[in-house]
Amino acid sequence: MSEESPSNSALRSSVETRKRVEASLGARYRRENRFRFFGLLAVLVSVSFVAFFFVSIISQGYTAFTQTYIQVDVYFDPDVVSPDGSRAPDVLSQVNYSRLIKDGLGSMFPEVSGRKPKQLLNRLVSNGAIYELRDRVMAEPDIIGSRESLWFLADDEIDAWFKQYSRGDDADGAARLGDAQIGWLRQLVAQGRLEQRFNTVFFTSGDSRDPEMAGIWAAAKGSFFMLVVCMSIAFPLGVAASIYLEEFAPRNRWVDLIEVNINNLAAVPSIVFGLLGLAVFINFLSLPRSAPLVGGLVLALMTLPTIIIASRSAITAVPPSIREAALGIGASPVQAVVHHVLPLAMPGMLTGAILGIARALGETAPLLMIGMVAFIVEAPQTPLDPSSALPVQIYLWADSPERAFAERTAAAIMVLLAFLLVMNATAVWLRSKYERRW
Amino acid sequence: MRLSTILLVYIAILIIGYFAGRQKAIAYSHALDAGRTMHSLPMYHGYYVLMWGAIPAIIAILGYFFMGDGLVLDRVIAGLPDEVRSLPESRLNLVLNDIRVVAAGAETSGESEAYIQSAADSLNAGREFLSLLLGLAVVALSSTGCYLAWRNLSGDFRARNRVESAIQVLLVMAASIAVLTTIGIVFSVLFESIRFFQKVPLFDFLFGLNWSPQTAIRSDQVGSSGSFGAVPLFLGTLMISGIAMIIALPIGLMVAIYLSEYTTARVRGVVKPLLEVLAGIPTVVYGYFAALTVAPLLRDFGLSAGLQISSESALGAGLVMGIMILPFVSSISDDVINSVPQSMRDGSLGLGATRSETIRRVVLPAALPGIVGGFLLAASRAIGETMIVVMAAGLAAKMTINPLEAVTTVTVQIVTLLVGDQEFDSPKTLAAFGLGLTLFIVTLILNIIALHVVRKYREQYD
Repeated sequence: MSEESPSNSALRSSVETRKRVEASLGARYRRENRFRFFGLLAVLVSVSFVAFFFVSIISQGYTAFTQTYIQVDVYFDPDVVSPDGSRAPDVLSQVNYSRLIKDGLGSMFPEVSGRKPKQLLNRLVSNGAIYELRDRVMAEPDIIGSRESLWFLADDEIDAWFKQYSRGDDADGAARLGDAQIGWLRQLVAQGRLEQRFNTVFFTSGDSRDPEMAGIWAAAKGSFFMLVVCMSIAFPLGVAASIYLEEFAPRNRWVDLIEVNINNLAAVPSIVFGLLGLAVFINFLSLPRSAPLVGGLVLALMTLPTIIIASRSAITAVPPSIREAALGIGASPVQAVVHHVLPLAMPGMLTGAILGIARALGETAPLLMIGMVAFIVEAPQTPLDPSSALPVQIYLWADSPERAFAERTAAAIMVLLAFLLVMNATAVWLRSKYERRW
Repeated sequence: MRLSTILLVYIAILIIGYFAGRQKAIAYSHALDAGRTMHSLPMYHGYYVLMWGAIPAIIAILGYFFMGDGLVLDRVIAGLPDEVRSLPESRLNLVLNDIRVVAAGAETSGESEAYIQSAADSLNAGREFLSLLLGLAVVALSSTGCYLAWRNLSGDFRARNRVESAIQVLLVMAASIAVLTTIGIVFSVLFESIRFFQKVPLFDFLFGLNWSPQTAIRSDQVGSSGSFGAVPLFLGTLMISGIAMIIALPIGLMVAIYLSEYTTARVRGVVKPLLEVLAGIPTVVYGYFAALTVAPLLRDFGLSAGLQISSESALGAGLVMGIMILPFVSSISDDVINSVPQSMRDGSLGLGATRSETIRRVVLPAALPGIVGGFLLAASRAIGETMIVVMAAGLAAKMTINPLEAVTTVTVQIVTLLVGDQEFDSPKTLAAFGLGLTLFIVTLILNIIALHVVRKYREQYD
């Protein structure tokens, strides 16, 4: 009993081990399955984040792509438009055109009387209608004295009501409208005087206090100028810096410092770049506030590290044999790089640059620092004019109390995301088309 | 003279210079004996001439561009009446703005003062004069530069070497921009911060428990002397980014593990790009999502569960921020996990370990330094994130650790202090730079540690 042969004990212990392993197997497999399940869960959770995100943005925003128009019979009353018969532009531009709309609406709803109800009635039509009328009359003064049925932008609350109404939802409950107004609206619907059209205003006009007249054009143009400035600075500088670091840089302290700096700059919060822009470009160099030029400069400094990092990896991907062959047949190092390495690395660099601008396009925080949050109606004509930018416009609208701005914000987000999608798709396409495997 | 005209003339002179240099080189090469060649191609002679025409003039143009208007304005200020000049800086800036607007030809509302009109005229005259001067300078500098360089050319002139060393200098300068940017950040933030800390002691700023930056506008106003204790902001920042990390870390890590160890290439090919989409969404969009979708959802949920959840709760902002940094965490973890050598996995599996045991006992410990580095980078991103918190977190600084209440963060305060009117002599505006400096230092330290850890780790397996 006490003395066992070594082989016997080994056998016993291996049997023992085996038993213990088998006994624990069930628990281990359960643990394995649990782990695996958690992994799957994490993937599902993150994918559902993506889905939830897009569904919520799109469902909030798609309604902004149509806009309600309201048909009003307008009589271009000579007594109102030009009481003295003058048709000079400076007279016509000063006329009280809201009278025409009031009279038109009044003739459509003759039963409305009293100051308060009439005010409510006039509020069916957007404030922008008077400018439309003014432009119309100034363009063709002969219209004075005639009658016409014109379609005008409807007010944002009317727009919201009509959109819900035509979807068959409970529009009356949700709307912030009085019973009288809803009664008029139903009458207008019955007469076919309310209509939904594609919202061209949204794409062609600048910001406005009235949601129905607000658009993204001015902001998009500001963003465009910024990206042009940003790329024309950041891309050449980034490519030059990466060529130097990859091809010519000696190993010394200065180059080490540059490398550390580039890596750190890539992770500096964007708002700090905004502080830099405010202190250096605006206070020190006294460049104009709110200008796309300054925004572009700040964004260029921000995207520079990204572009350098991408360009460097594009250059390292070019095999050394190419350089050696060029040097071997007598090219100078600069020629070898400019004639051979650079063209081969260019698709990779461009891909990096596009991803860099896509990032810059969505950047908001530094722009707030340099004053690009002003309320700006006019689209900028040059990069020096005060301007807004697409993401800043989103930020401003998201803060606005009017409900109609919520759907416009979501719609502006959809436009911004569409731009980003196009850029990223271009980058992917470039990479797949021109990338060479050596 | 318009700037565009000047640029066109400048470019024309450079093109002429290029062709003149090239032509001269070609003439030399024709004069050479048969069988001998010049050192540099004619093209390089052209570039050499172009280079000497371009460099001096571009310095003049840049100088004009960055300082010209300032110089003119100084002259205009010097010409203003004494009582206007002695106004405080903020008022003076308003006057200058009026002058600029009038000078741009805009119609002013009401009667503008006579001195504004005359100042606007002198501003316009000064600008006109300066641009004329620039035009002359550009023409003179570029043509003289071209001529001198052109005279220098000869048959055995080594133009290529000169041009190439100029290119090298350009490349070094481009690479140094990164260092200049860092220096610019440090100085611009440091400079104003020092002014801030002269008014508010550093100790009060770092350890004070009360943050209310509203200072009295008039001296006779009651109350609100402004207190700048930043602890509530640090606490708020920490809480929101903490919530974000609690969400992003486990999910991001599990996603990375699942994608790299369990799934097929096809699933990977679908899920990875989807997550990258999440990474490409601008933060302002996340901010909108947090403020208009998640916050109301949370509030309704809280009401139904009998909880009072503020509509600007730290939870909502942190949740969305977690979604934002999730792809970042998962892609870094993915990289790190993939760089663990396959032989280590094979060894563990060969000994009979299950996959999850291999991952937990072998892969993760091996990848730990890299993952920690990635987490630090993610944390620095969360701390510096601005738009989500500006749109979805509160403004009032509260000392609380309840995630259902509204808190404010460092970045939110920077934005609120700097958006709108800025007075660079009040501690209120300068406080933003103090906060910016703090933010910069903290994220810098996190980044340096993270990059160091990641690099150390890479070296281990490369």
